[in-house]
Amino acid sequence: MAHFEKAKSLNEWLDQRIGINTLKKVMQSEYWIPKNINFLWAMGMVLAATFGILLVSGIFLLMYYNPSTDLAFDSVNYTIMTEVGYGWLWRHIHGVGASLVFLIIYIHMFTGIYYGSYKKGRELIWISGMLLFVLFSAEAFSGYMLPWGQMSYWAGMVITNLFSGGSLHADGLVEWIRGDYVPAQAFLSRFFMLHVLLMPLAIIGAIVFHFGTLRLPHVNNQDGKEIDFEESARLWKEGTTESRRKSEVIPFSPVFLSKDVFVMGVYFILFFYLVFYHFEFAMDPVNFDPANGLKTPTHIYPEWYFLWSYEILRPFPTDPGLVAFAIAQVIFFTLPFLDMSPNVAPANKRGAFHIWFWLMLIDMLVLTFMGKLPPEGIWSTIGLVAAITFFVLWISLPIITKLEKKL
Amino acid sequence: MNKELKILGIVAAFTLVLYWGVEPFAHSQMHKHVEGHNFVYDGTADIEEASKDKKEAKKKFWSEVKEIAKLKGDPVAGEATFAMCAGCHMDGATNMGGVTPPSLDHAGAIYDKNFLIALIKDPAMATNVDHKYPNGTMSHPMGSITTMVNTPQDIANVVAYLKAKKAGEVTPKEAFKEACGRCHANRYGKLTQLGEIPKTKSNIKTGQDIDRMKYDQKVATEQNALADYLGKLPPDLSIIYRARSEHFLETLVENPQSQLPGTAMPRTGLNKEGYEKVVEYLAETGDPSAPARAMAGPWVLGFFLLFTILAYLWKQSQWRDLH
Repeated sequence: MAHFEKAKSLNEWLDQRIGINTLKKVMQSEYWIPKNINFLWAMGMVLAATFGILLVSGIFLLMYYNPSTDLAFDSVNYTIMTEVGYGWLWRHIHGVGASLVFLIIYIHMFTGIYYGSYKKGRELIWISGMLLFVLFSAEAFSGYMLPWGQMSYWAGMVITNLFSGGSLHADGLVEWIRGDYVPAQAFLSRFFMLHVLLMPLAIIGAIVFHFGTLRLPHVNNQDGKEIDFEESARLWKEGTTESRRKSEVIPFSPVFLSKDVFVMGVYFILFFYLVFYHFEFAMDPVNFDPANGLKTPTHIYPEWYFLWSYEILRPFPTDPGLVAFAIAQVIFFTLPFLDMSPNVAPANKRGAFHIWFWLMLIDMLVLTFMGKLPPEGIWSTIGLVAAITFFVLWISLPIITKLEKKL
Repeated sequence: MNKELKILGIVAAFTLVLYWGVEPFAHSQMHKHVEGHNFVYDGTADIEEASKDKKEAKKKFWSEVKEIAKLKGDPVAGEATFAMCAGCHMDGATNMGGVTPPSLDHAGAIYDKNFLIALIKDPAMATNVDHKYPNGTMSHPMGSITTMVNTPQDIANVVAYLKAKKAGEVTPKEAFKEACGRCHANRYGKLTQLGEIPKTKSNIKTGQDIDRMKYDQKVATEQNALADYLGKLPPDLSIIYRARSEHFLETLVENPQSQLPGTAMPRTGLNKEGYEKVVEYLAETGDPSAPARAMAGPWVLGFFLLFTILAYLWKQSQWRDLH
């Protein structure tokens, strides 16, 4: 038994037991963030907040959702929308949140790529972030199955079919994943489990890991400048206006947080504007028809955030298409190793890489557009060119970055 | 600050382009374009899409309808002729040849005059499902009307009667029941093909509700008859309002063949007011939260606006002396 003095305040009582003062220092007042940042640096906290919103709205929906193939559709579209007080609000928040979380993930990702925030000690930040992207994708896909509408059913059919591996004809694997020959009760139950338990647990774990990877290399800054954090922290702690001006860092709380909260406020205005006045974009009309295994919808397409990788699958013949698709899913993980340049700098200072960045962004946008359009005529040609461009860009990345001049 | 706005501008521009590409643009390319006709029933679309051998017959049919529409109908004489219609179109009518004859209580209010004339003249042609009756209109469930009310003046009289006496105020639900409800259920509105689901009680000791079982059996019988007649059971329309665009619904109702070529669905001949009533009902069952959204939206947005202003002031106070 350790020695404990009688505490004079709640804070002291907590400090004796869980070291709350140390915790505050480590997590807030002496967690140093560079001063030279813009609002894109708030995307991490915006994502955390959106995940929180998804979690809370999801818990409310979970109280009324019924994971049975007979009742799922009506439990979402009737019970929650009509009989549950504010059920519609939770549902629209959940639907819009699921879409926006991917928008912010992509902004967060491309911010990282633009400023080179995956290099020189920051590799694990990038890799854990990509892990989160994959987990969020699985979470989004499993959640999309739950309303058991036409698009749930047919997207489930198409995506699980991919695991047959084309010419490998691994139909046994597909049946094992579905728990049946076609998506049915076993399928819905397991995707329900994945969506409400396993994936959220994994995501929470990965978020903690992602935060952990930030601690030692520190957050990057707008110029990719190497900062003497100890010296800057000392200047900040000196506490005079002048020393704080000289310091290149700010504490996470309250200084960085005050900006985060402001950015979140702006984001929430957009978020709730969409929830109340423009939620249809996040809820595909096709999914308001109940699942029907006898009637294939005219167009089957995933939600917008999967379209680019879907379009990498589509324009090729089955086997090469599957290989291309598989590569596209993991290629972003390798970014820190394919970028051979020693420079940590924003793309606009990196010559050829600057062009690479914008080409990649535009190519993914084109892939996204083509992924939704019917694969006919000019659209499939554009899709094929964009898919090939995607791979050409990745192959050229090590070459152009190797040739990059040291800044 | 300027730099931040520039970055925000780029992010916003890319986001908007992304939205445009996957929503308005993609949807404009995915769905075929169907011209609306503003609920005018003059056979234009029917003649256009008709096969060669039927074009002339359709032209003739619709020009005759036009001629009848010019006649002045006599509602009093029409009432007497209507007695022949009332043999089938009555309360408690049962399934005849696949479908239950509709109540005509508000026919004058919700259906178009030209359409009603065309319907009495030739039900298969008017509803644009003549391709389903290769043996002629007499095999249509309402085909016998062509032998009962067949002079132009008689037709004009009956339509004048409907327009004068069967044109009372109609609720959205009544409009749906009369125009759509015999083929399409609306389970969120608690409607089956037989109308409102009656209130029944289950036996408290066994939990069995025999009256409900009997009713369900009647509904099942009706649905089987419909499916036999139409080829499949027409879909439940509870949330069709969310599943299809307004434009799709409007053009489908005007002319089902335009959106679903070859469909067994007959044209219902709703006029603009009738269609609006039906859509009002579809919105009630398909998007019941619209009024609550309109009420809560401004408050929530107002809250976050205030939140953002306060957050901005906090941020300014924290960052004031940093540079």
